[in-house]
Amino acid sequence: MRRRWPTWLVGLAWVSPWLVGFVWFLAAPVAMSLFYSFTDYSLLEKSVPVGLANYREMLGDSLFWVSLRNTLVYTFASVAVGGAMSLGIAVLLERRLPGTGFVRAAVFLPTLVPIVAAAIGWRYMFTTDNGLINAGLKSVGVGPVDWLGDPRAALWAMVLMGLWFYGTSVVIYTAALRDVPRSLYEAAAIDGLGAWRRFVSVTLPSMSPAVLFNTVMSTIWSLQIFAAPLLMTRGGPDNATMVFSLYVYRNAFEYGRMGYASALAWVQILIAVALTLVALGLSRKLTYYRAA
Amino acid sequence: MSNGSGTRRWGGGAGRWMLTALMLVVGLMFLAPLFWMFATSLKPAAETLSRDVGVLPRFADESGVAPGKLSGAYAEKLGSQAAANYSAAFDNPVTDFRLYIRNTALVSVLSVAGMVLSSAIAAYGFSRIKWRGRDSLFLVVLATMMIPFTVIMAPQYLLYKHMGWIGTFAPLWVPAWFGGAFTVFLLRQFFLGIPRELDEAAQLDGCSHWGSFWRIILPLAKPALAVAALLQFIASWNDFLAPLVFINQQKQYTLMMGLALYERQHGGTPWNHVMAASFITMAPVLVLFLFTQRALIEGVATQGLKE
Repeated sequence: MRRRWPTWLVGLAWVSPWLVGFVWFLAAPVAMSLFYSFTDYSLLEKSVPVGLANYREMLGDSLFWVSLRNTLVYTFASVAVGGAMSLGIAVLLERRLPGTGFVRAAVFLPTLVPIVAAAIGWRYMFTTDNGLINAGLKSVGVGPVDWLGDPRAALWAMVLMGLWFYGTSVVIYTAALRDVPRSLYEAAAIDGLGAWRRFVSVTLPSMSPAVLFNTVMSTIWSLQIFAAPLLMTRGGPDNATMVFSLYVYRNAFEYGRMGYASALAWVQILIAVALTLVALGLSRKLTYYRAA
Repeated sequence: MSNGSGTRRWGGGAGRWMLTALMLVVGLMFLAPLFWMFATSLKPAAETLSRDVGVLPRFADESGVAPGKLSGAYAEKLGSQAAANYSAAFDNPVTDFRLYIRNTALVSVLSVAGMVLSSAIAAYGFSRIKWRGRDSLFLVVLATMMIPFTVIMAPQYLLYKHMGWIGTFAPLWVPAWFGGAFTVFLLRQFFLGIPRELDEAAQLDGCSHWGSFWRIILPLAKPALAVAALLQFIASWNDFLAPLVFINQQKQYTLMMGLALYERQHGGTPWNHVMAASFITMAPVLVLFLFTQRALIEGVATQGLKE
């Protein structure tokens, strides 16, 4: 007989690749940045401890507040519009209409387009004179809008472009809709519910885990919007698209203020962790689970 | 699963056709940006700046006469313009796309191999062995799925700087060898669905966990492993942020860094050339999508499902 290891040790050994990676590439850097957030660190010279100065500086830093506000506006708009849009598309895709396969592929495809290429394409789409978007607006008698040059429009241009990447949500909603038990629809039909009532009182509650999942994920991903404004507007015009991650990046890699950037990153980490905890809590409380 | 029940349809006839039309319009709207980018990559430079937004290139001469879209002359012009645009983008004096393709391929292949192998091992530990603390630890895996890269890019930079990794390819592929939350999750869901009797029987015959992992679970999980590999390949091929933050010499650029540099080169790049360059960098992913879209979409959809 071979010597038997306790099962918890065997299990831990099997998951150790992930566990080591978690400690090494996530926990360690996050801990290091907590340390540096209490220092002044230019990367070129040794770090100097400064206590809470970085956190105190944030309170009076107008760009910190501007970037926070822009990020929240973007996230709220993107999650609300994107969520409703992807649910609507998923419902359409579940009706088994002709062409469903093609449309599902078309909606999913943009999620595979690299952000650099998407930024190039959308920058061209947003051009004032010969862009596709203003051409479309002109045909209904609106515009032209200087999407990326007008401080009032630039953040909304980002929201519009962001909607292009909601294919993942659509696909997840479609899978969840497929899982709604047929018997529930039949019961609703017997009760004589109309299409809208059926959707609100049968479909939505049955897919609440997917709604929660998609809302949380798109909130978290929208909060970290970064590459599009970096590539398309550099945060401008007039800081209209200066978002939080871009501000962290600027401080860390352009202004050489790693200490301040670490403090900013920590604010971001706390927001992400808080949202994750809320999501885990909500998923226990609110979601409806079918009896097994 | 039975296909649809009559209760879900609206009347039929007219309503159904209107919904179909609506759905197709939505699909075309999602395709339009890519289609327009592709059409632009085939146009002569002057047409990309023209005020009348045409979808297909026109190839009008000085007097404004354009050949008919179905004529041989049009096909000939299209072919030579496409060849000119794509070769101008590929062989340009600023960015060495040949080198960047090699760099990107190297990093992507190493990431895929490491990600699939190590995530499969971890997923086995999270699904086929029962042990105390397993499910709590799995919650940590789920939680890390929700931590986006921009949140940890500055902290990771600090770590890699201490390790001497900045300016090497290591940050782009070594972490993949320690698994990734999403891949572990995807594979665990699949492993959970494999009947327990299979490896229990093997273990009664004296097969170790290692043996049943290689001889029973992995062969049965080929479709899930393929989806995991595809998704990881696409993710590393398309990755822009990690090279942006961790790579600092042009000879180590990946394709996406090269594309961003090409777009921003001194004096700006004509739209038709930069669109051609975009399609060159996207080509492998687009081809993979054409052949594997069903499996890809289903793999992504598993994220939202609870067992």
